[in-house]
Amino acid sequence: MIAVDDFSLAIADEPPSITALVGESGSGKTTLARLLLGLIEPSVGAVLYKGADLRRLSGTHLRSFRRDVQVIFQDPFEAYNPFYRVDHVLETPVLNFGLAGSRREARRMIEETLRAVGLRPEETLGRYPHQLSGGQRQRIMVARALLIRPRVIIADEPVSMVDASLRATILTSLRELHDKFGISLIYITHDLTTAYQVSHNVIVLYRGLVAEAGDVEKVVGDPKHPYTRLLIGSIPYPDPNRAWKGEEAPSAEGVGASEHGCRFAPRCPSAMAVCRENAPPMFRTDRYRAAACFLYRQEDVVPGADIGEIMIPGESPSLAQPPTEAAAELRPDA
Amino acid sequence: MRAVDGVSFNLRTGERLGLVGESGSGKSTVAMALMRLIKPPGRIESGQALFEGADLLALPEQEMRRLRLAAIALVAQGAMNSLNPVTRVRRQFADALRDHGQGLTRSALDARIRELLSTVGLGPEVADKYPHELSGGMKQRVVIAIAISLRARVIIADEPTSALDVVVQRQVVETLRRVQEKIGASILLVGHDMGLMAQVVDRLGVMYAGTLAEVCGVRMIFREPLHPYTQLLIASLPTLERKGAFRGIPGLPPSLLNRPRGCSFRTRCPHAMQRCEVDAPVLREVRPDHFVACHLYETSAPQCALQTAVGA
Repeated sequence: MIAVDDFSLAIADEPPSITALVGESGSGKTTLARLLLGLIEPSVGAVLYKGADLRRLSGTHLRSFRRDVQVIFQDPFEAYNPFYRVDHVLETPVLNFGLAGSRREARRMIEETLRAVGLRPEETLGRYPHQLSGGQRQRIMVARALLIRPRVIIADEPVSMVDASLRATILTSLRELHDKFGISLIYITHDLTTAYQVSHNVIVLYRGLVAEAGDVEKVVGDPKHPYTRLLIGSIPYPDPNRAWKGEEAPSAEGVGASEHGCRFAPRCPSAMAVCRENAPPMFRTDRYRAAACFLYRQEDVVPGADIGEIMIPGESPSLAQPPTEAAAELRPDA
Repeated sequence: MRAVDGVSFNLRTGERLGLVGESGSGKSTVAMALMRLIKPPGRIESGQALFEGADLLALPEQEMRRLRLAAIALVAQGAMNSLNPVTRVRRQFADALRDHGQGLTRSALDARIRELLSTVGLGPEVADKYPHELSGGMKQRVVIAIAISLRARVIIADEPTSALDVVVQRQVVETLRRVQEKIGASILLVGHDMGLMAQVVDRLGVMYAGTLAEVCGVRMIFREPLHPYTQLLIASLPTLERKGAFRGIPGLPPSLLNRPRGCSFRTRCPHAMQRCEVDAPVLREVRPDHFVACHLYETSAPQCALQTAVGA
């Protein structure tokens, strides 16, 4: 079974941008995260960082990659060594990357960063991972990324276990990393709403393929792909006067798409004969957006399925400071 | 440590009441307390839970066991993981029905199961499956079907969709609503998702640090939230409408270990007054059917003693 199939994506170095990968379970988004980090190898194709294939990196280049590209995992329990207190995951990078001049400064930085993600240092430090809740462990991982200030952060559901009111604060902190320090962010989530709030571009995945991608304003404001419309229509709007939109779609259960056709066809209200026989290519419906759907077959096909082409450029940071400079203040109130 | 302190509300017949709060607000504790499923060392210190005239908290365990499922059904958090992994779905229905003295013949049972599965939008073939053969959404719907198999009058659903994707969530929640309307039950929906509450419930109670901050009709609470916490909570919700329009609530919820005096929300409240440091506000009806626990609304409104009562 192919978890993720057949597309090309290039994320530009400059200007830094925030790209969201949105999909439900089984969409392939976590597999994609693992590929980007070099944790698994692609069976076909390659993952390049600054032009170099990840599989061929070694020595300083590999170390540089590991420093430049940081991850915030979805289930942070995996990232913790249960025999160490959680302080360890925060102290280690400060030490390894020489982020502080003294132990006291290291401690101060760590405490400040913990507060920035809504944690009380006195109730967090000194504990073991199993003594903290999922949301707390998740936030410590975000704090770790905030401390390191890499070039790219890949965040896989960084706030899924966190309360709504705190979610906004943490996402704002992540967004600030981009705005102030020029860090690019790849935000992987099933939550299209937060993806919209934080990102420039979005890639909507369905069962391992890209359904729609491009400028988040376009994809969310004027969704073209029927799956994107289903997704948006299912989001419960926090206003009792705005009910769920559209028909309840037939469920995905027990439904097999044909070998060659569009994977969404069995559930698609607009499915046509061609959809069951052929997998749709990405049609460019706008300068900065494409949808893999035969409804748009009159448009040009995106050559080489190269999604990088349809991404809107990000924004340069407002302060021209390289990401490795000393910590600036991160305050929880926006 | 008090997880819940002084919570009082009514659940009306046929009503969908939401109890919303963030982690540590005590909402799940309320749900479990009503079902008398609090595990030691936790315990219910005081209070009443009136159901059809009887206080659930005072019943002998045997009576309570009889009421669970038959009269009050619980769809718990992660319930889909509480399905027995080694028996087929049919057997789980049979066990539930038999435990409540409903020994049906094989064909009557099959018919009942088919009817229940169809009520939740699942085909009869699901009866022959093992839980691991079903997706998260399907499992949750099986749980709902079992929960209503004895036509409970009250369904308590605690985060019934938290592990599910948004498309499946909608299916499961709309199923729950259809089912509830069909059997005329009341629902207490406990959760943290204000969006879901807006779509589903008739009335909403907002919990904060173990107490009720506000209770009123769902339209009113979104149109005119009175409690500062509710106001900030609603303002913190991101939407697909405008970018950058959401903000978090600064500060942190109080440590339950070290509960401060006075109002639990005062350290984060933009309207905190002197009085808030000293007096914990009491839930009062300040507008018709609109209850708030906040000193900002202290007028001559009489204190209304509510009781947790069903069918009132």
